[in-house]
Amino acid sequence: METMKLTIDNKIIEVPKGTTLFKAARELGIEIPTLCYMELHDLNIENKPAGCRICVVEVQGRRNLAPSCATNCENGMVVKTHSTRVLNARRTVMEFILSDHPKECLICPKSGSCDLQNMAIRLGIREIPGTEIAKMSTYRKDTSPSIIRDLDKCIMCRRCETMCNDVQTVGALSAINRGFMAVVSPAFEQNLEHSTCTYCGQCVAVCPTGALTEVDHTPDILRALADPTKTVIVQTAPAVRAALGEEFGMEPGTLVTGKMVAALRVLGFKYVFDTDFAADLTIMEEGSEFLDRLSRHLKGDESAKLPILTSCCPGWVNFFESYFPDLKDIPSTAKSPQQMFGAIAKTYFAEKIGIGRKDLVVVSIMPCLAKKYECQREEFSTDGNRDVDYSISTRELAAFIKQANIDLNNLESEEFDSPMGESTGAGVIFGNTGGVIEAAVRTAYELNTGKKLEKVDFMELRGLEGVREATIDFNGTPIRIGIAHGLGNARKLLNDVRAGKSKFHAIEIMACPGGCIGGGGQPLHHGNSDIIKARAAAIYREDKKKILRKSHENPFIIKLYKEFLGKPNSEKAHHLLHTHYFDKKKKFIVKQ
Amino acid sequence: MSSIKIELREEDVKRIKEICASFRNDPQELINVLHRCQEHFGYLPAEVQEVVSEELTVPVAKIYGVITFYSFFTMTPKGKHPISICMGTACYVRGAEKVLDEFKRELGLQVGQTTKDGKFSLSSLRCVGACGLAPVVLVGDKTYGRVAPDDVKNILKEYEQ
Ligand code: SF4
Ligand code: SF4
Ligand code: FES
Ligand code: FES
Repeated sequence: METMKLTIDNKIIEVPKGTTLFKAARELGIEIPTLCYMELHDLNIENKPAGCRICVVEVQGRRNLAPSCATNCENGMVVKTHSTRVLNARRTVMEFILSDHPKECLICPKSGSCDLQNMAIRLGIREIPGTEIAKMSTYRKDTSPSIIRDLDKCIMCRRCETMCNDVQTVGALSAINRGFMAVVSPAFEQNLEHSTCTYCGQCVAVCPTGALTEVDHTPDILRALADPTKTVIVQTAPAVRAALGEEFGMEPGTLVTGKMVAALRVLGFKYVFDTDFAADLTIMEEGSEFLDRLSRHLKGDESAKLPILTSCCPGWVNFFESYFPDLKDIPSTAKSPQQMFGAIAKTYFAEKIGIGRKDLVVVSIMPCLAKKYECQREEFSTDGNRDVDYSISTRELAAFIKQANIDLNNLESEEFDSPMGESTGAGVIFGNTGGVIEAAVRTAYELNTGKKLEKVDFMELRGLEGVREATIDFNGTPIRIGIAHGLGNARKLLNDVRAGKSKFHAIEIMACPGGCIGGGGQPLHHGNSDIIKARAAAIYREDKKKILRKSHENPFIIKLYKEFLGKPNSEKAHHLLHTHYFDKKKKFIVKQ
Repeated sequence: MSSIKIELREEDVKRIKEICASFRNDPQELINVLHRCQEHFGYLPAEVQEVVSEELTVPVAKIYGVITFYSFFTMTPKGKHPISICMGTACYVRGAEKVLDEFKRELGLQVGQTTKDGKFSLSSLRCVGACGLAPVVLVGDKTYGRVAPDDVKNILKEYEQ
């Protein structure tokens, strides 16, 4: 391998050819500040527009300062990262950016975790010259069911554009206009709601400022909790417990399941339940649907289409409704765990505690912004009453806990309530890419072969590779499985399906890189993919701890079928736990 | 940005597809494709962008981004009588801005806009090479020299009916 030898701040270093100055400096323990640049290393995601110039350094013999994030190391270079010239330039750049940025940190939803604010602190900015005379560019606020765009705060780092176009291949967002008026926007400056946006929230997850944030539904929940006529219950998605601790200063990958349950009780939720329960239920329904399609398919029934696609991710559902509506009868009809939970809560559980569905308020805590939109979909309401009333993100829950003076770190762990808080390890791993299909395999294998699984860990289905495949032997029948996370990767598998070239029997798709653990509602990773890896490991640890690790062994699921649903895919199960999809291919009707 | 809602006729769609095909439907050729489309339609309404998007598999948002970035692309059709005011140095120092302001006031338009009845549109130009006549105004093919704000009304009158 060819290497380059150079000097950075008087230290000599040798790096592989193609290494940027920024990365070489980092190896020496020199952290050059960056703003527009972002890399998620293990997920192969990079945003490198070299636009902000915060990262400039002085290279001896060059006239201009060089952006270190986009300049490669060369032999014999002598680089200074903090000369007076560099520091002055950096400050000027920052002052320039801030001169066209609102000074409302006190009330900004990103305050405290904003990269721009942190940069101002780090560079010790104390005044912004010319603010009185400078006119600031202004742009209307745009509120969609999940996401708020407040583009006065946009610094044109274009991270969101990279996520939406290159990673997700949704293409809802693009830089438009030029100079002072430049912003990132959907086509024709329509509202996000009228664009092809899937609400995956990956743009929100990377935006360094308050320009892109989630719609906060905590006030609705506060109102419900204060209403004596309402019984308010909560469900928590698997990925939340593996990330919530980060908001309270804990190491990434710390599991806070029990503390989270305790905090939710203190907040006033009458029953603290687990979406993992509904994940087990999803496996029963989706797994049975798969086995049914598979056996018909193997018998030569043309109407039994394969591959079956998982349907638990609402961002992914939005994506195929927009881009692959011709394939809308291929995904499983099983609802997402969030919506299965809601449907069972508002029927079975409401009946059990003797109240009407209107008096039961179902809240969900999700790592996801698409879930906000999902619970608002019309087909998930009965007589105008939603199955899931409000969905808030991991970040919103953290803020809520802090507002209520709860010290999460020092809470004693508590257990979920019964029955909808009981789950198996299979439900937990729904949070990771590959987890849904692994859970499905654990159950489908045993139901299909009648044999007991010797080993429940399917290492071949795990990992962070964008597209993965594995073949699992179902007692002599090889079952070919595909996995994709990130919508761009999903698109690759979908194109094959559309062309009739897919070799898979079942495909799992999650919209977010890493799966739900990397969701748009999780604590911000600030470009550090180690955090996402730590969360994934935590999820597998939680699974390992469980005595029951297969959905069909969950005694409360068995009871639910016995008391209420009958059998998987029964008429009642179909009515409550399955859905249908729509052709939402966008034709732009230009709305003003 | 405002856009006129139009129905593309079948032959228009066919024309756009031909233009895209002549560039091998190559996303890299987006700017050239848009140039040719604008030559054909006179402007680039949303509907045209949509067809280009399908053909080149470039998101509409990207196309809109390109169109709003380059000032030679426009999403509004030119008026029947396009009015251009030279803003070159010579014209500028001899009061072109006042003339432009007068046109804006008379027509109730901003630069880049077209009147509701589609009759007039307003744009500004760089030096048109007639500095001796500054300030210069063009209406369609006709050139007006040494225009003063007071002349604006009379110029517009010529195009009444
Ligand atoms: S939520 Fe996802 S699809 Fe929507 S604009 Fe953001 S990145 Fe694009
Ligand atoms: S909206 Fe946020 S992520 Fe997108 S360009 Fe602006 S500051 Fe960057
Ligand atoms: S971080 Fe290098 S140019 Fe923005
Ligand atoms: S400046 Fe107007 S014609 Fe030259």
